[in-house]
Amino acid sequence: MEDLNTFLIEKVLLFESDTLSPETEKVLQQVRRDKPVQPVIFVSSGTSSLIAGSEKTYTAVETYINENASSAGLVRVGCTGPANFEPMVCIQIPGKNKLFFRNITEEKVEPLLNGVFHNDISDDDLAGQTGTKGFELWPGIPFMDELPFFAYQKRVVLGNCGCYDPESIEEYIARGGYRSYVKAIRHYTFEEVCDIIERSGLRGRSGGGYLTGLKWKHALNTSSNARYLICNAKESDPGAFTDRTILESDPHRLIEGIAIGAYAIGASNAIVFIRSGADHARNRLQKAIDKAREYGLFGHNIFSSGYNLDIIIRKEPGAFVCGEETALINTLEGERGMPQLKPPYPTTAGLFGKPTVINNVETLMNVPLIMQNGPEWFRTLGTENSPGTKVFALAGKGRMSGVVEVEMGTTIRTILEDIADGIREGKEFKAIQLGGASGSFITSENLDIAIDYDVLREKGIGMGAGGFVIIDENTCMVDLVRYYMEFIRNESCGKCIPCREGTGRMLEILESVIRKPLNEESGTTLERFKGVMQLETIASVMKDTSLCGLGQTAPNPFISALKNFRDEFEEHIFDRKCRANICRGLRSFSIDVDKCTGCTACASKCPVNAIYGTRLQPFFIVEEKCIGCGICFDICKFSAITVK
Amino acid sequence: MGADLDIILKKYKQGKREDLIPLLQEIQEDLGYLSEEAIVKTGNFLGLSTTKIYGLATFYDKFRFIPSGKIKISICHGTSCFLNGSQAVINKIKEETGIIPGQTTRDGNFSYEIVSCMGGCNNGPVINVNGEYHTHIKAEQLPELIKRLKYVIEND
Repeated sequence: MEDLNTFLIEKVLLFESDTLSPETEKVLQQVRRDKPVQPVIFVSSGTSSLIAGSEKTYTAVETYINENASSAGLVRVGCTGPANFEPMVCIQIPGKNKLFFRNITEEKVEPLLNGVFHNDISDDDLAGQTGTKGFELWPGIPFMDELPFFAYQKRVVLGNCGCYDPESIEEYIARGGYRSYVKAIRHYTFEEVCDIIERSGLRGRSGGGYLTGLKWKHALNTSSNARYLICNAKESDPGAFTDRTILESDPHRLIEGIAIGAYAIGASNAIVFIRSGADHARNRLQKAIDKAREYGLFGHNIFSSGYNLDIIIRKEPGAFVCGEETALINTLEGERGMPQLKPPYPTTAGLFGKPTVINNVETLMNVPLIMQNGPEWFRTLGTENSPGTKVFALAGKGRMSGVVEVEMGTTIRTILEDIADGIREGKEFKAIQLGGASGSFITSENLDIAIDYDVLREKGIGMGAGGFVIIDENTCMVDLVRYYMEFIRNESCGKCIPCREGTGRMLEILESVIRKPLNEESGTTLERFKGVMQLETIASVMKDTSLCGLGQTAPNPFISALKNFRDEFEEHIFDRKCRANICRGLRSFSIDVDKCTGCTACASKCPVNAIYGTRLQPFFIVEEKCIGCGICFDICKFSAITVK
Repeated sequence: MGADLDIILKKYKQGKREDLIPLLQEIQEDLGYLSEEAIVKTGNFLGLSTTKIYGLATFYDKFRFIPSGKIKISICHGTSCFLNGSQAVINKIKEETGIIPGQTTRDGNFSYEIVSCMGGCNNGPVINVNGEYHTHIKAEQLPELIKRLKYVIEND
């Protein structure tokens, strides 16, 4: 191992020419497992795989190999993308294409491996094959990149995810990693690196869409004795998991991106601010940083270039607002994570008053690729004003879910209908929620909008950090808006009044809309209508006067839901009805006299004793007592209970 | 317990304000919560008043001031899990244990928290019991699960 270490440093990282010698390539091929002589089994190991049980699969494969005294290799890889295929297993037989299998739980391992090793592959769990030149094809098996899920994607940032062992720095270097970083610190000046990134037109992927190269230049041109680069991996929007997947599947490229970014602004300290609860990702990143340090990629006077760099990880202590730049800086300084007025922007006075650049994970992931392939290459991807790709976390009610990456300019319809393959269980499409708790809804009329910062901004839609939640007809929009508002209410830091009071008041009103009033007499109806009339005003005041992005965007889900689904709100308010039958308070149940057998099952379970009747006779529900919990509906074996 | 605290404090030799959060996090990882003793000691070490530290620690919701239960449950309440019915799961756990998120039952057996997204969106609602994931959880399954967990504790 020691030899490989020095070999990789001397013959690859410090090699002066861009093309490596054939002998070096040969060694690298082995490290990359390009042409294995033994079968290799790859088991995915991201969080979504772990949740689906991939560790058990891994152990089962290990046992199988030991029991059969096979010499097959076994590797943990990152996430390939489709979360509903997890746990995914990929098998490569020497000289043949890689085969991908989906949903391989532990009990399926033995029959699967038996089948593959004896050339008897069952179609049930097969996902597809990936082709490499010079390998034998599996006849009659579809190619992975021809599946709709992959065919419409352009995997650049995620290019390495699921292909290599994220814990092996050797493999990353063999795939061309860290070379552009070493080249940058040895041959480029700070300005040159900033220039390259600026020319590429890379824009911050966290939603704002500010030019990354320009931001770096601001920090570089502020005179100071210290500068900082912060990688914001605090992605705690409900329903977003792109950053975490990247951290788990390709930590080394992120580290390279951070290192290049830090060099470009002349910072000798970089901090990764990672969300709490993502322990798996944090461990992987920590291991990767330790490995890179062993290779001398950080530290004092790196490769005799005179440049020093240290990367540390800081765990977020649990506050949504810390994702905001100034609040994040306060947290890192050991204060309460409350936002501050801008300007001064962090690039002039950030952490400890020094110039600080804050970039999100996806932005930094693009940096090594641009350095490697040049800014012109990056410009060929995407649209004119938004070059590159965008990673989304597909979630919700689509048939497929997982982390996907599309070229800028792809329409939302493509993501919904081709990549996500439509709605699960043949339900009707209702909306797409883009950008998490501060994002907005996209309805069927707007599906042909292209993913592009300027196009979306024109329509008043924020790109967000990558949440892409598909909503079907079974979802009540009022309830969903209430859910987001509850989340924001809990997370508001309380510094400025519009956000602190506004979110609370909006939640109160939304709750009164979906709650069943015990009696409609004592002014509650009046209160409800009054509140509803005020909702829009509160929303606009919050938008205009809140201090930070959290408060300014908090009413977004409400505003866009009201714009697109006004009838649904009105139905809740005036008719007291919820068409999706989600809002408990507005449901009322009744018993179908013809179907009820009088089995007493519902009456005995009713928590408020609202069901009366005689045994073996049809029962009835007293509507005034009913709280709409739905237990009777779930428990009835004769489907005699109907919802109104 | 006291000895561990000193070891942790020693790691942060310079004892600056920005060390406060990592320090508290490390103490919590070690003890499971922030005890009064730990906060007083940290205050002496960093030269900060205990009120300042409490003021900071209560702002962030990952710090706890009471020991967590033997069984720790985290419930995912991300958008995807919410669409698949995590609200009912949360209500059921509240009902079964009689506590709100962040508290611990009086017998010290259970504590639970609500997290924003675990990353298992297609398997929702997801809950995590002492590090083990349970997928596609329905509210009806919970009484059975909690009964089983109680049995495990009692026979341990």
